[in-house]
Amino acid sequence: MDIKEYIASGILELYVYGSLSEKENTEVYAILQEHPEALAEVERIENSLKELSAAVAPDLDTSIYSKIENRIDPEDNSVIPITRKRSNLPMYIGWAASVALLAGLFVQLNKNKELRQQLVENQIEKQLLEGKIQVAEEDLSQTKNLLSVLRNKEFIQVPLAAQQVDPNAYATVYWDKENQKAYIDVAGLPTPPPGKVYQVWSLGLNPLTPTSMGTLDAFTDNKNKIFSLSNPNNSEAFGITLEPEGGSESPTLEMLYTLGAVES
Amino acid sequence: MQPTALIIALQNKEQSALQSIYDMYATNVYGIIYNILRDKELSEEVLQDVFIKIWNNAPSYSEKKGRFFTWILNIARNAAIDKTRSKSFKNSYQNLEAENFVDILEDNNNFLSKVDSIGIKKYISALEPLCKKIIDLLFFKGFTQKETAETLDIPLGTVKTRNRICIDKLKQVLEV
Repeated sequence: MDIKEYIASGILELYVYGSLSEKENTEVYAILQEHPEALAEVERIENSLKELSAAVAPDLDTSIYSKIENRIDPEDNSVIPITRKRSNLPMYIGWAASVALLAGLFVQLNKNKELRQQLVENQIEKQLLEGKIQVAEEDLSQTKNLLSVLRNKEFIQVPLAAQQVDPNAYATVYWDKENQKAYIDVAGLPTPPPGKVYQVWSLGLNPLTPTSMGTLDAFTDNKNKIFSLSNPNNSEAFGITLEPEGGSESPTLEMLYTLGAVES
Repeated sequence: MQPTALIIALQNKEQSALQSIYDMYATNVYGIIYNILRDKELSEEVLQDVFIKIWNNAPSYSEKKGRFFTWILNIARNAAIDKTRSKSFKNSYQNLEAENFVDILEDNNNFLSKVDSIGIKKYISALEPLCKKIIDLLFFKGFTQKETAETLDIPLGTVKTRNRICIDKLKQVLEV
């Protein structure tokens, strides 16, 4: 290598500035070890830069060094306190971290359990609500059915008035003559005593000929108190009597609760 | 000269070595810092920080990585540049970008420690305007060649050779 050319390239100035890469620094260092000329040049560059930088420095307060001295701790170089400091702290941090982790896990487990329980409860509640909705829907469709019966103008509406046995009793028959069906609204009748049952009669008036349309079984279970019976008869009036369970062949007239004639 | 014996003593935490190193380099460090900060009080603060760092980090210095002067230079520049990012600095000093070390030399209100007025004139007259800028960026501010080329808008390849010419002139004037 031509060392003069190397010096003239300007790399040594950059070396002293500190603007070379680490790798370049190592290379220059190796060359300086071999070529005293290059090393001498580095010294010259360094000296001129020292002069230059000193030239731009304002007067230096002589008290500064003592301030620096006060800020350094000559005992700082002892190795033991540093390692002792270092050995304990990570251990404590480690323990603290594991405790925190355990606590966290426990909390999460508990939370998980609670959530599962809540989920089961919610599912049960959901099923209950679904059941209620179904019942309500059935009720609704039943009520709608009844409403359509009551509003159907093709049906013959026959109000049955109270008789001597119970002056407060009343009932209504909605007669679908075409389909031979009759709907009996008995909301105005008292609940029958045990062992007794209401029986509905279709009456021919001249002469008086009663024909049984059937008994109103399960009176208390029917919430709407509207019973549907078939009525193939050519009825002129309807009556309801209280009869022994199972019904009678002919109406017990003393127990006639309501009676009404079909308007013609 | 590399103060090799002093460096080893410093690395062994001998306080007398720090005193000697301070005596050798304090003015240089102060000049570098002051050129960046342009404030005596702030520069004195940073100067102290730099020598604390030299004390604390001395064991990490190795001659193979570069000159001891260069190592100190780096610490000084970095500490001063760090200071320019501090709030107190930003609040009071805004437009230092355009200034370089020549302003300090030309400013007659400055009491410079080592150079008399004749010496100052010698420095300045010896350097072309471009030289002043190149030396300011590469040496005082620690710019890379690339950054210097971009800042001064000159080809990257000429930074190194041009700088060589500038330093040669400086050496002649200073009779180094």
